[in-house]
Formats: sequence, C-alpha cells, structure tokens
Amino acid sequence: MKTMINVALPKGRLGEKVYAMFEKAGYECPSIKEVNRKLIFENEEAGVRYFWVKPSDVAIYVERGAADIGVAGKDILLEYAPDVYELLDLNLGKCRMAVAAKKDFRDNTENTLRVATKFTSIAKDYYSKMGRDIDIIKLNGSIEIAPILGLSDVIVDIVETGKTLLENDLEPKETIVPISARLIANKASFKFKMEQIENIKNGLKAQVKTDD
Amino acid sequence: MFSASLLKNEEKAVFALRSLYQKYGYTPFKMSKFEEYDLYVRNKDFLVSDSVITFTGMNGKLLALKPDVTLSIVKNTKDIPDTVQKVYYNENVYRVSKSTQDFKEIMQTGLECIGNIDDYNIFEVIMLAAKSLEAISDSFVLDLSHIGIVSAVIDSIGCDRETGKALLNCIGEKNQSGIEKICSEKHVSPEGCQKLVALVGTYGKIGRVLPALEEICDTAETKSALAQLASICALLCASGLEDKINIDFSIATDMRYYNGVVFQGFVENVPTGVLSGGQYDNLMKKMGRKSGAIGFAVYLDTLERLGLTDKKYDVDTVLLYDENSPWADISKAVSELTGAGRSVMAQKSIPESIRYRQLLKLNGKGVEILENND
Repeated sequence: MKTMINVALPKGRLGEKVYAMFEKAGYECPSIKEVNRKLIFENEEAGVRYFWVKPSDVAIYVERGAADIGVAGKDILLEYAPDVYELLDLNLGKCRMAVAAKKDFRDNTENTLRVATKFTSIAKDYYSKMGRDIDIIKLNGSIEIAPILGLSDVIVDIVETGKTLLENDLEPKETIVPISARLIANKASFKFKMEQIENIKNGLKAQVKTDD
Repeated sequence: MFSASLLKNEEKAVFALRSLYQKYGYTPFKMSKFEEYDLYVRNKDFLVSDSVITFTGMNGKLLALKPDVTLSIVKNTKDIPDTVQKVYYNENVYRVSKSTQDFKEIMQTGLECIGNIDDYNIFEVIMLAAKSLEAISDSFVLDLSHIGIVSAVIDSIGCDRETGKALLNCIGEKNQSGIEKICSEKHVSPEGCQKLVALVGTYGKIGRVLPALEEICDTAETKSALAQLASICALLCASGLEDKINIDFSIATDMRYYNGVVFQGFVENVPTGVLSGGQYDNLMKKMGRKSGAIGFAVYLDTLERLGLTDKKYDVDTVLLYDENSPWADISKAVSELTGAGRSVMAQKSIPESIRYRQLLKLNGKGVEILENND
C-alpha cells in the first residue's frame, strides 16, 4: 500500500490557492472541489489526504502528528512556536505584523504602554527586546476599536492593505515582522516519509513566485 | 502466571532497556526523589522548563521534585583519572507540559557515561541509543549531529550572539528562507550564507551525507569535528546500524551544554522524538568537573499511545450472582473459569460500559449461559 501523506490546509481563500499549488505539483484530489460539507479528501493514487482546518489550528495538527505537513501563516508559527520544521516560504498570503495606533498617537514613555492584541507572545517579545514596559490586553477580534475606546494605546495586529485601520482612523506605526504562508512538517513524520515530503516541497518550490 | 501482554508499552520498554543496559556493564543508579533547589537555580539553562515544584524540607532547606536526572547524577560523581562511570536510571521527573501549562509526572529512563570518555565510549552510547529504539519499535530512526560542526560554521560567518541564536533556530526548523533573510539583514557574505543553507539541506543516510559534508567543512575546526563524526559513523555502520541512522543538523540547537555528538531518536507513529542525548562536557565544566560525559534519556510517556488498538472486550466473562448464591459456589465458579484461562468479573448486576465476551449467571443448579458475544 502506498504511504499516504496527510496534509492540513487552512480553510478559506489562502487554502484554495495552496491547494491549487499542490494540484499543479501532481497531488490533485478532484473530490475536494465538490460542493459539500466534507472536511477530509483523499487520493490514494497520488498518496495524499487533505483536511480543511481552521488556519490557526494547522500548526497544532502538524505538531501532534495528525497531519504530516500543512500550510500555516508565519504569524501563527511565531505566536505559538510549534515544534515543527518550516520547509518553505510559499510567498502567499503576504501581510505584516504591525503596531498601529491613532494617527495623532505619541508614545509617552513615562507610562506603561497598553497593547491590545490577539498575538500576545509576538507583542511581548517585540517590546521586551526594546525594554519597554507594557500591559497586554488580550482580545479575540475587532482589535481596531481598542485604541478608539481608550482601552489601549496601541494594537499589534496583522495588516494587509491598511484599509481597515484607515477606516477606523488608525495607522500602522511600526512593522514587527513580514508574514507569509509557510509549508510546515511534523519532525517525526519527516524522518519516516522524507522522500514523499521532499517531493511535495520541491513541487511547490518550483511554483513559488519571488518578489522581484 | 505472568503474561507480557498485560504490560503497557512503557512498562515493556523499562524491562527491555534495563536488561540492555546491564548487558553492556551499566549499573543502576537510584536517586532520591528530591533534590536541593539550589542545584537547579545554578543550572537553570540546562532544564527543559524553568518551573520546578519546590517545598521546604525538615531542616529548612528548599527542596525540589526532580525536573531532571542528569544534573543529580553528575553532582554525585567524582573526577577519577582514567575511569569511566557507566550508570543507567529509571526515574520520574516533574516538568511543565507545553500543552496543559501545568506540571506532569514523566517516566524517564536513560544512561550516562561519565569520566575520561573516548570515541569508543561515544560510539557505545550511540549504539545503545539505537538499540533502545529497536527495543521499542522495529521502525525507528536515530538522527546524529555534531555541535562542533554547527558552531564552527556559525562562528565562521562572524556574527553577533543574537544573530547566531536566530540562525541556530532556523537550522533547528530546516528553515532555509529564514537563514537567507537573516543573512541578508545582517550583511553576511554570500559564501557564509550559502554554507549555512547547504548545512541545513545536507541530511539523510551516512553514506550520502558524509561526502557532501567534506565540501562544507573547510576549516580546521569543522574538519576535526567531521573526522570524529566519520569515525563514529564507521563504527555504527560496522554494527549493522547504517540503515537506521541519519545525519541531520536540525537536532543540534543547544550549544551551552552540549559540545560534541548529539542525537535524537524517533519511532514511527509517535509524533515527537522519544529519545535524546549527546556529549555534555560543557555542563561538566560548569559543574566544576574536569572530565567529559555523554548520555541520553528515553521519554517513556511518549510511548503510551504507540500501537494502541481498541480492545474488543474488557473481560471474557461476567458472572452474575445474587444474595442467595453461596460464597463457596461463586468462588468455585470463578476459580474454574480463571483456571481455564479466562478473565472473570463476578458481579450482582451487569456493570455499565463493560464489554464482555460471555454473560453467565449462577443459579441453584450451577452456571447458566445468558449471553454469548463471540
């Protein structure tokens, strides 16, 4: 029996783009395009089994070995630091992790800086490197309203075009790190399915578009 | 009568590993459950997690439940010229689990070889690490790396400590794009960057990787480390382990304590490494010892779900009796059934969520069959 590679794909637009790359690399699975509520799709001949999972859960599936490989955003990898291999930058889903605040915001270093974010580890790490005393306010969504309502001084969040910030009278102040989708692999799976995983990686690498 | 099928994976492993280590002259090392907290404060960086369970002992000293075994063993050894102490252990350690963020008791077994260690000792420990994995599963891989090669390649590009740490993390993640990004930001020479990327991309079987490493290892330090790695690999190949060993530099990410050969073991269907170890002369030096040391630990808790199959039945027979059943009759029926090699659960009513092969009832005349599920 052919060794199957379990692939965790992030649900949504990014996942669809990523699947198209897998398909082009020779790992097609036609049933994935059928409109239904199924979450697992398999093509035994190609030796792949795809799962659609919540983008922030991809790294967990891979770290715990339920998926051999997966595609996760660098933001998730930095925030949760899963013990996985990061095999390839797919140069897709590009955005940046940034500090944003009201347009007229001036950092008063006399006070503790109040930071609202979903990405507490990234924010803590960024400000600890600067030696800045901060108060973290963990939010799960609508981060942009925190500075408007006076809940926080700044926010740390993903910025794609900056449109949402602009509409809420905010602007990006500092870029913390550029973000893009990465091909990740479970470390133990990599040892036993090395050839298949490398073939997939090379098939995807050939399609990665560079910036220049 | 004792049946090995009753044992859990980790229990079977303990028996097999104990016998393996004794066969090669390693003696058991039994230590106290507690250790002075001060030992961990002084060597905090060596611990997997910072958190330690502490309490005050009867004499007022702050004690800790052991989060690590190696430190206690090193503490209890002496520098004796031209001798090597070989010990093995099977102990519980208490660490914070990454997933629950709370303390967890972990059963760990392993061995330490301490003293004037030579390449034979290093080979023997690595060979025993491979044999330990073999005792757990037929399908295993032991990854080998050499800190000397990794650190010399990083040193050769002349970067600061922070950059070196970031590069080391990328090596641990096999993250070539990350290395390229750091090198470009820190203005590392294209040759230096290429060497690091080549190091990350050079992994796999000994026969293929060693020749490729000769191109990367072009300084005196890397050449000498490679020569040691090659001589140990030759011994491992001669022991028939060639197919099971990979060279992979992604496992060498801690340079503070480890200095020479480091290794990590994996068995199929366990998502994390089940064994890790290496040469830790730097730790010995930090603890005031002149000699060297090498050892490894097997994380038995990771084996819990290995090859787990759902049992069809919890018990062969449920034997029902009532308040009128004489105790002697129940005892006789149970004894006859267990004597015939069946497991029996005597109950007054059928317990919930118990799956049984056969349901029997004791009545005035004897045993009546109520249900047969086979």
